Amino acid sequence: MPVAIAVDNLSKKYIICHQKRERYTALRDVLANGAKSLAHKLIKPFAASEIASTHEEFWALKGVNFSVEQGDRVGIIGRNGAGKSTLLKILSRITEPTSGRIRIRGRVSSLLEVGTGFHPELTGRENIFLNGAILGMSKMETKSKFDEIVAFAEVEKFLDTPVKRYSSGMYVRLAFAVAAHLEPEVLMVDEVLAVGDASFQNKCLGKMQDVSTQGRTLLFVSHNMGVINALCNKAILLQMGQVVVSDTVESALARYMQRNTTEGGHQFVNNEVGKPDAKANVLEACVLGPQGEPSPSILIDENFFIRLVWQLNVRVPFLRVGIEIIDSTSVVVLSSMDTDTTDLYGKPREPGVFHETVKISSFLLMPGSYVVKVFAGMPGLERIMEVDHLLEFEVIDNHTHLSHVGGARRSGYIATPLQWGIQFEHAE
Amino acid sequence: MRTDELIIEAGMTERHYWQDLWRFRELLYFLAWRDILVRYKQTVIGVAWAVLRPVLTMIVFTVVFGKLANLPSEGNAPYAIMVFAAVLPWQFFSTAISEAGSSLTSNASMISKVYFPRLIIPTSTIIVNLVDFVISSLILAALMGWYGYAPSFRILTVPLFLLLAFTAAMSAGVWIAALNVRYRDFRYIVPFVVQFGLYVSPVGFSINVIPEQWRLLYSLNPMVGVIEGFRWGILGGGAQLYWPSVWLSFTLVVALGVTGVMYFRKTEKSFADVI
Repeated sequence: MPVAIAVDNLSKKYIICHQKRERYTALRDVLANGAKSLAHKLIKPFAASEIASTHEEFWALKGVNFSVEQGDRVGIIGRNGAGKSTLLKILSRITEPTSGRIRIRGRVSSLLEVGTGFHPELTGRENIFLNGAILGMSKMETKSKFDEIVAFAEVEKFLDTPVKRYSSGMYVRLAFAVAAHLEPEVLMVDEVLAVGDASFQNKCLGKMQDVSTQGRTLLFVSHNMGVINALCNKAILLQMGQVVVSDTVESALARYMQRNTTEGGHQFVNNEVGKPDAKANVLEACVLGPQGEPSPSILIDENFFIRLVWQLNVRVPFLRVGIEIIDSTSVVVLSSMDTDTTDLYGKPREPGVFHETVKISSFLLMPGSYVVKVFAGMPGLERIMEVDHLLEFEVIDNHTHLSHVGGARRSGYIATPLQWGIQFEHAE
Repeated sequence: MRTDELIIEAGMTERHYWQDLWRFRELLYFLAWRDILVRYKQTVIGVAWAVLRPVLTMIVFTVVFGKLANLPSEGNAPYAIMVFAAVLPWQFFSTAISEAGSSLTSNASMISKVYFPRLIIPTSTIIVNLVDFVISSLILAALMGWYGYAPSFRILTVPLFLLLAFTAAMSAGVWIAALNVRYRDFRYIVPFVVQFGLYVSPVGFSINVIPEQWRLLYSLNPMVGVIEGFRWGILGGGAQLYWPSVWLSFTLVVALGVTGVMYFRKTEKSFADVI
């Protein structure tokens, strides 16, 4: 198969300004910083510039190489900040690389967001044409697919209503429908499947699968391993801006799951121990895999642990320490206290360091990413310790079929397989 | 379908840029169409705004400069018509540059999510302003009918001066739009320039008021040539045109346009990063 995309030593650098709150530069700041650094030099001519230290280089991508053959469906996976979206932005020419070279054969379309350029005042019909033009379709092309788009989005009745009166579901369906009818030779998609209800997601997934059967090339960024599994035949794993694996989906997923990664928020060490005024503080915390090793990712069929080391600085008459597991939509999925299953309930605690571990069973949490909140308090009296965003981890589905219907996510918060009793009576 | 190969490299000036611009001409059309459709939505008097603004400006200038200050008109043209002939290009220019200037930032979501030649966005805003220009032209026609003032054959040159006005708006607009992406100060600079420009350009008065020896210097404001050109074309008859100001304006506009497009294209690729 001929090569559709060849990426050669691609890098992208961003300059991060720590000092500023604004997303943009203002002439005022440029002038003010200039004056500040000048004044600084006058006062302390030999000190290192303070201003310069507020600008930091960040390599979103560094030396990325890979190639994609025509007709391949490639999933791009990696943790948050690994460079997936940056890569897609460069490939779709939204931003330019700092160095490196890319060759793409064929007409490219990219879909980084559904409904880009939709105008709330315009009707559904008008927005279809507008969005089509933005995505690179000609008027003729949009016209010929118009009925198909409308049917796919199921908005026939509201075609002449301004989209600001649409429900969010209708809006998203219409937006995706336009995008789904693009017919480029190379299609790049960024996590847009996570829209709409489950049945619409399945419809979208079916549409994406069609893309590949027509010999077109697909580049697909997702956090949803189930979808990557269902849709792609190859995968690229990015880690801190570099390609770690570019191979089959299985090998990339396996590597993605690998333990002892040093990145991520699954470990916490307190650097400012012993605040004199605090009655208690967390010293260390960690998410541990089934063998007790620190791990940012947990398979759905494994038990795992959360370990917490904390220090109590005063004697308290009674206390409970708890965790809350919170999903990506800020729903508290589970909370648990150390007094639940131990004999500490209602008993005093002496100052000292507590090492606590809580075991969380397999097949409990749905696949997804979670954060852990920790707190300690005397119920009804006082909360003496509280850390909102202490740890992060994610639960990953390994082909258990528990979390997905087809490729779309099942609804619900609990992934426990339940016993079904089935009796069947044959039709006469 | 033809297979075209696309090469993306750091700092590379796009070889297919102008070709791409042509390919995306439909987007230009759709964006302009969108802006025209929504321009006066949810306003009480709608399109009447396009009528009200130039008419009120004309009335104020006619009263202040024509009646109170008793400045002379050009040739035998009524003062109101002389003012309106200048309000026409000035209103177009000033609205176009302020809208083009903020056009990129108000379409930020598109810029950070889709590729297309970014030049399309300021261009489409300027085209949209042509609609208001056409409406204003109709008012001028009505005004001339009211005064019974017939234009001469010179009216045929007006499209050329409109082209000059369009290029001027485009040149300034492209500069401001690109600068505004990085330095939001232009949000404050542009309204000031527009307000200031109304008084330093010969909108409310004729260029004849300016002493002869200062006219060339005065014409360094590129809108002077444009406005005087409009007057010369529309008023016909006794209106004089100081040609050096037109050539100076033409040269300045072209220089501004060429550098503007160069700057725009140089910074265009980082728009998505800084917007």
